[in-house]
Amino acid sequence: MTVLTMPAQPAQDVTPRPVPWQRMIWVTWRQHRAMLISLTAVLGAVAIFLFAMGLWVHHNFSVLMACAAATPNDCGALNQSFNNTDWTTANTLLILMNLAPALIGAFTGPAVMARELETGTFRYAWTQGIGRVRWAIAKLVLLGVVIAVLTWAFSQIFEWFFAPFLQQQNTLTVLSKTVFDTRGIAFAAWCLAAFAIGAFLGMLLRRAIGAMAATLGVYLGLQLVTWLFLTKHYPVSVVTSNASLFTGGVSSSLNGLPSTAPDNSPWVLATWNVGHTSWWRYIPVSRFWPMQFIEAGWLLVLAVVLGAATVWLVRRRAA
Amino acid sequence: MTVLTTPAGSRQDAGTKPPPPVPWRQMLWVTWRQHRGLLIGVLAAFIAAVAGLLTEGLRIRHDYAALTACHPAASPACVQLSNFFGSTDWHVGNGVRAALLAAPVLLAMFAGPPVIARELENSTFRYAWTQGIGRARWTITKLTLLGSVLTITALLISQLFTWFFAPFVPYENLAVLTGAVFITRGVAYAAWTLTAFCLGAFLGALVRRTIPAMAITLGAYLALAGVAWLYLRPHYPLRTFWPMQVFEAGWLLALSAGLAAGTVWLVRRRAA
Amino acid sequence: MNVIETRGLGKRYGNAWALRDCTLAIPEGHLVGLVGPNGAGKSTLMNLLAGLSVPTAGTVTVLGGRPAGSPAALDGIAFMAQDAPLYKHFSAGDMIHLTRNLNRQFDEAYARQRLDGLGIPLKKTSGKLSGGQQAQLALTLALARRPRMLILDEPLAALDPLAREDFMTTVMTAMTDNGVSVLLSSHALAELERIADYLIVLGAGEVRIAGEADDLVDSHQVLSGPAAAADAYAARLAVVQDRRAAAQAHLLVRSSDQPVPPGWEAHPVSLEELVMAYLRAPGAIGKQQPARIEQAEAAR
Repeated sequence: MTVLTMPAQPAQDVTPRPVPWQRMIWVTWRQHRAMLISLTAVLGAVAIFLFAMGLWVHHNFSVLMACAAATPNDCGALNQSFNNTDWTTANTLLILMNLAPALIGAFTGPAVMARELETGTFRYAWTQGIGRVRWAIAKLVLLGVVIAVLTWAFSQIFEWFFAPFLQQQNTLTVLSKTVFDTRGIAFAAWCLAAFAIGAFLGMLLRRAIGAMAATLGVYLGLQLVTWLFLTKHYPVSVVTSNASLFTGGVSSSLNGLPSTAPDNSPWVLATWNVGHTSWWRYIPVSRFWPMQFIEAGWLLVLAVVLGAATVWLVRRRAA
Repeated sequence: MTVLTTPAGSRQDAGTKPPPPVPWRQMLWVTWRQHRGLLIGVLAAFIAAVAGLLTEGLRIRHDYAALTACHPAASPACVQLSNFFGSTDWHVGNGVRAALLAAPVLLAMFAGPPVIARELENSTFRYAWTQGIGRARWTITKLTLLGSVLTITALLISQLFTWFFAPFVPYENLAVLTGAVFITRGVAYAAWTLTAFCLGAFLGALVRRTIPAMAITLGAYLALAGVAWLYLRPHYPLRTFWPMQVFEAGWLLALSAGLAAGTVWLVRRRAA
Repeated sequence: MNVIETRGLGKRYGNAWALRDCTLAIPEGHLVGLVGPNGAGKSTLMNLLAGLSVPTAGTVTVLGGRPAGSPAALDGIAFMAQDAPLYKHFSAGDMIHLTRNLNRQFDEAYARQRLDGLGIPLKKTSGKLSGGQQAQLALTLALARRPRMLILDEPLAALDPLAREDFMTTVMTAMTDNGVSVLLSSHALAELERIADYLIVLGAGEVRIAGEADDLVDSHQVLSGPAAAADAYAARLAVVQDRRAAAQAHLLVRSSDQPVPPGWEAHPVSLEELVMAYLRAPGAIGKQQPARIEQAEAAR
């Protein structure tokens, strides 16, 4: 009988080298392939539709602008028809765009965590060499990044599509609630936050369908709270007594005629009088990007906190 | 240890006389227990909706009555009433209408697909479909019970909403034939709710996996609603409110029945 | 009455036949062991008997001519699938209630009493019970339906020896006290050998041999003799297995009435050896079996 002996190597044998992070890229892709492909397919299909419709809308709009430049008083009918057809569709799409992050979060978040628990496959996944914490962190980060990038790209297409209406509709600016969240980096940030909410609720409730319903509810509640209370208090407002900023506005159109310049009316938060002077607190349109960064910023923090909470639940959960 | 003995079957019941079928009412408890979450959620939403619609509805009607009684219409007091009604009250009314329109969409996603798909995904169909009642009766009873509960709830809520929304119709100069108003009243709303449920159940049985079925049902329902809105409703043979309502409810009911039959057929056909 | 009758039963998935040419006629009152390696077609056959799937070829009837899957069949057969599927979020009490409502007859008192005796809590969700407890719960639900036949798909696979003992004791008691016929599948021959009095050996989708355990053993013998003469005899006899060791040949033959050739010795064969031999042998031999066994019975 031959016996092989190897000298013990204390450091190597006691603490094995951790499994490298890159392995999780393939694991995450293979496990959530269907979800990622579906998400890309749906966003892609809608993007193609937006592109096609957008070309049509931009064409109609340039015709309208040409008319307004040439014979401003005869363009009422053209404006009306642009309103009835193109705007009606665009408004519906705008509403759907605001609801999209809720749906994206509901369909992606719980699928990552809750499914694993429901089907019992966590008993396999959490006993592999990489360990459950690294496994969870890697998945959340990888999927979060992919979702953020995909949805950012999608919102850029929507931004291009919607541009004419910001000028044609005299009640909309980039700061309008329903518009603000569909452009810049805000849309991607909301989608990322929705994903994080979904993953956390999935891990908390341990049931996929219930977590989906809860994600929709929590997201909508969060969005309402933001619209009604938070946005007003972003530290970007300006106080002035200069009344000329608020008279009429460049964009107010008379007799239903289209305006020839983009709408830049500021968002008035409050107005008061001191003696004979009127004061206004408002947010100028130029503050769009600072506001975007603030909103994306706290949403990112929320997503990270929820992600950490999800990992903590993973750690804690006795199999 | 006590042992119960029943006499072993003798040769005479060797398949000549079929056993009496399992009574339908036994499925009541089964359906309730398996879909408790959904039924409780719907009940809670119903109660919240009734409470909300009643309180806000009374307030809005009061505001509207004050507004219409206010003379002269151009005086600052009346203008202020008008502004309030046009902004706050209108936002509430519109918001409630949006919520009402969203409800069938959510039901399409959450109520229908799990009925069959969840059973298949978890392999519990191996238990459920080998019980004495048989898979066809099991499916038919579940679809009927759940469908009825959802449809009746939707019918009641849409009537209450019609009462709630009434002041806005003259105020905003809306026609009851306008799409967004039409589908929230009469029998159309209940019919769309039933269709949403049946569509989800059918796609769940077809796709056999719950979450993908939810996504597909969402898309299919929105597509159906969009097509009906843009291409079907404008071409109905009748142009007054109730005839149009009955016509729409009619084809939706036929579609629901077809989807339900399709679901039962898929269940029957499905081989292990 | 035959509790199971199949004629030329076959099931194909895509291009592969999971079960083929299965012809069986099994009388009531037996504990039938369905044995075969993984992938042999045991679950396929059971799914067909329980009405969960439909045949691609042939027919299958149960409990004296009732078509498998028909309401009459569902009424009389209780099926326990592999891994004892239960609703994981339902408690044992819920499962009792559920099964009672899904069937025409259900002995609720028996079910509760049995679970009580086994120490299975009624309020705990079934997903939290141990594997043995889940199997016992599923069995209790099946037995409380007072079926004419129990079909159990690998019920012992996930159970520890003590739980297996409990489980089989319950099954045997049901058989003797209530006249229930049982069809039980396993790939562990040793345990089936002890309890089953009728055996179906399934290999690669085909019935290799089927019959009462005693008959199978009695109708086979091992003939041991010089290897040189073995080939001549092998051609004439129905040889199941031909084993050579140095100059000796051991032929497992199927017939007990043949006279033993001079210079040869006859030994009886154990059930385990018999089953192993049939599993290793090519399928052709097994197909002729049912006829031969029936003849053996008719001659009785």
